[in-house]
Amino acid sequence: MAPRFDLPTPDEETAPFWAGVNEDRLLIKHCNACGANHFYPRPFCPTCWSTDVEWCAASGRATLYTWSVVYNNDLPPFNERLPYVAALVDLEEGPRMMTNVVDCPFDELAAEMPLEVVYEQVSDDPFVKLPRFRPARG
Amino acid sequence: MKAEHQTVISGVGQSDVGRRLFRDPLELTLDACVEAIHDAGLTTKDIDGIATYPGPGGEPPGFSGAGAVEVQDALRLELGWWSGGIERPGQLGAVIDACMAVAFGLATHVLCFRSVFEGSAQGGGGRAAVMPGGSNRAAPRASGFMEWVLPYGAPSAAPWIAMMAQRHFHEYGTTPEQLGQIAVNARRNAALNPKAIYTDPMTIDDYLASRVIASPLRLFDCDVPCDGGTAMIVSHVDTIPDLRKPPVRVEAVGTALRGRPSWDQFDDLSTMAMRDAAVQMWSRTDLKPSDVQVAEMYDGFSFITLCWLEAMGFCGKGEAGAFLEGGHNIARDGVIPLNTHGGQLSSGRLHGFSFLHEACVQLWGEGGDRQLTSNPQVGVAAAGGGPMAGVLLLTKS
Repeated sequence: MAPRFDLPTPDEETAPFWAGVNEDRLLIKHCNACGANHFYPRPFCPTCWSTDVEWCAASGRATLYTWSVVYNNDLPPFNERLPYVAALVDLEEGPRMMTNVVDCPFDELAAEMPLEVVYEQVSDDPFVKLPRFRPARG
Repeated sequence: MKAEHQTVISGVGQSDVGRRLFRDPLELTLDACVEAIHDAGLTTKDIDGIATYPGPGGEPPGFSGAGAVEVQDALRLELGWWSGGIERPGQLGAVIDACMAVAFGLATHVLCFRSVFEGSAQGGGGRAAVMPGGSNRAAPRASGFMEWVLPYGAPSAAPWIAMMAQRHFHEYGTTPEQLGQIAVNARRNAALNPKAIYTDPMTIDDYLASRVIASPLRLFDCDVPCDGGTAMIVSHVDTIPDLRKPPVRVEAVGTALRGRPSWDQFDDLSTMAMRDAAVQMWSRTDLKPSDVQVAEMYDGFSFITLCWLEAMGFCGKGEAGAFLEGGHNIARDGVIPLNTHGGQLSSGRLHGFSFLHEACVQLWGEGGDRQLTSNPQVGVAAAGGGPMAGVLLLTKS
């Protein structure tokens, strides 16, 4: 298999996130002690340090914080997808995450625009989906 | 006496600089080191400390020309203190460490250096050869921080900083024409620097015509990989009688890191860690931004320099676009002459240390064709982007 750079390499702490994505769920960590949500996932709450944290499903609704249309990336498979939109989105639950925005003309991208998650399969073996975002519908 | 006032910069040195020199990187490093030692009027016997960034070898290729131990052995130095490493407040964090070691009494004359051979190491492979994982590495891993950015095709500082620039454009109405003045200014100054890599004239139209790498950043917003070494000597103020020339004085430094130390999770991604490092630096001096007569500030990407302009208070937060309009304020005869050697954008990615080198050169009045006619008395040298920032405020003796 040709080397590719788009597949996550989960570890024990992050495997549930990627397993969730493969089942069309966007999981973030929620603290049962103080109520804060956080990302990237940690085994403790970065706000109050409680270890009483659990995975919970995010709504998949987000707003666009910022983005870049990437025209230059030599790494496979991105080099075959140019140009594409790398983006930072603010999830409805609070955390900010890196992703891609898809199904949106570049000139219609705008900060604060409402988005919704889509789960796009990028690899058959291993089976891998990635959480991307498109303009919210309805 | 405050700690900074116990320290001076007594000499600087720089090797040959080129796009691809194909020379031994240790040799380039030593050229810079020996020049700095001689510039200070010292010998290797006087040097009792080393501070360097980022430490020896490793990835990406060409990122480090030599580590502290290699230089210690090559010059047979007898050291009371030494340090080399990448996890610190930017590249110039090494020099600030040296100041602290001198003030603490562990060393009297600290050799500080940074060398690169990214130009030669990348060869014809360009930037792809230095991407995470490297194009020649068998098993790319998107783990750790990279696990959250690499799957989305954001593998390096270019798209990360592009996204920050886009946010700044959104919040403050900053335009490509305004950002581009940093690149145009750098090229204009590079034409006066005999070691600069790109010296052909560049207009703002040339800038706007350059291809987009990661919007809104264009090719000319990105610095140019090169080969070369830069060095300086941090000395104790009590040694001034032993020095060849009146040294540059360290007035204040800033190293703070607040908020989430990351490229994507910082609380305000229209700025970076320099926001807090600059506040700290100004808290340690009675001087004000209006006292500064020359600013040498990191431009790995032009937008980083824009953030430094705001962070240092040369303009207000969000006002850098208007400040840069037309380029007059940052020109050689402007409000705050910026990157008088051409920066990394046009004079090569010597990675942080060249800004401190140039600030000292300008304060000494040794800039030759590029010497500011104002003969500045106060300057700043700043380096780092994203979660790394270190800055020194310097004064002429």
